[in-house]
Amino acid sequence: MSPILSDWSFFVEHRAEILEATVEHMALVAMAMLIAIVIAVPLGMFVVQRPGLRAISLGVANIFQTIPSLALFGLLIPIPFLGGIGRRTAVVALVLYALLPILRNTYVGLSGIDPAVLEAAEAMGMTRAQILFRVRFPLALSVILAGVRTATIITIGVATIAAEIGAGGLGTFIFRGVALVSDSLILAGAIPAALLALLADFLLGLLERRLRVV
Amino acid sequence: MNAKIDDSSGNLIEFREVSFHINDIPEREVISGVSLTVPVGETVVLLGRSGSGKTTLLRLINAMLMPSQGQVLVQGRSTVEWDLIRLRRGIGYVIQEAGLFPHFTVAQNVGLVPTLENWGRCRTAARVGELLRLVGLDPAEFADRRPRELSGGQRQRVGVARALAADPPILLMDEPFGALDPVTRAELQREFRALAQRLGKTIVFVTHDLREALLLASRIVLLEAGRIVAVAAPQEFLRLEHPEVRAFADSLDTGHGVSA
Repeated sequence: MSPILSDWSFFVEHRAEILEATVEHMALVAMAMLIAIVIAVPLGMFVVQRPGLRAISLGVANIFQTIPSLALFGLLIPIPFLGGIGRRTAVVALVLYALLPILRNTYVGLSGIDPAVLEAAEAMGMTRAQILFRVRFPLALSVILAGVRTATIITIGVATIAAEIGAGGLGTFIFRGVALVSDSLILAGAIPAALLALLADFLLGLLERRLRVV
Repeated sequence: MNAKIDDSSGNLIEFREVSFHINDIPEREVISGVSLTVPVGETVVLLGRSGSGKTTLLRLINAMLMPSQGQVLVQGRSTVEWDLIRLRRGIGYVIQEAGLFPHFTVAQNVGLVPTLENWGRCRTAARVGELLRLVGLDPAEFADRRPRELSGGQRQRVGVARALAADPPILLMDEPFGALDPVTRAELQREFRALAQRLGKTIVFVTHDLREALLLASRIVLLEAGRIVAVAAPQEFLRLEHPEVRAFADSLDTGHGVSA
């Protein structure tokens, strides 16, 4: 049997397991993205008019981004409550990675609005909160979403490494494949992960274009 | 603190020895010792070159800026004492690029202040229709368009309609027709003059175009380097001997320079 054909038959035989791991992977990513959005978007809105806090929060998010992912997972294991072995630690690490692109784009989107529009809003007697929620935020939405899109794609990739600390997902196949020197196993994890990333990129890109105003 | 602007008092806007320094640094003086009163129903045009301080003066009226020295009074009360939101909702504001909200329709743009003031949907919609007709736009055709689907002249008309929405007694206009082509500009200037006479608003209008000032003003206030150097009715203005007046008058003759 040719290698490709053997890979294919491996996929067919283990389709239930692969599907299960894919769903697990998606759940992991979705959970991490949800938490990251809930933290990063309001944080971005809060710091946009506070330069000091902005520098600090972007700096901290930047530092998380520079830690190699495997090291971050490892570093989290001994930390009480957040750490340990399993899904929770994985989600924490993924959130830390996803923060920067969302936070940065929230800030960039909110601050990159036509000064004439903001001047008009202020001169018409809109309060700061009204300007933020009715003008800045809707106009920044597509840029914020572009950050979510970047973060999602990164998270889908990094989440494969989460299998190393027992979080499950498609990484399980990859690590097993590396240990057993089995291309079929590696591909059974890598191909669905790549497809997930492409799909997420496409769907979020679609949404981003729909929300773009000008 | 919650009083609204009404036009019962004689002088709606008054500058008393006003100076303005950027970031309150005395060396960076933009306005120095300006005193000026704007009576109800007048159209005062602030004329001057770029950097003469005319926009700064305008922004001191709706408290987008606060004076470093002296007082700006709106309806007899210093802008420092006004509740900023109340003050600004009683003052219409039109700027050069119109500053329309790109994510709102024309109707939503025009209806913004009535919406903020909780007028209710029916009353707001009726007012929006009335205003669009007032500025020469058919509501059936334009109400649901977005700003990007309008020409420059149409955007500026919407900008004027939006400023008039809550029927403010004061209208501030910062080179509202400056970015338009000459033909559209002349058209809007003529229409606006008629509109201003009909509505009886107190208007402060900023321009660097003497022709526009002569057409629209009941009084021209000439600024140079942050000071008022001349105040005159349009028919007297060209007779003044001040060098800056002459410089502007010369620009009319040559057809070059300050006026377009």
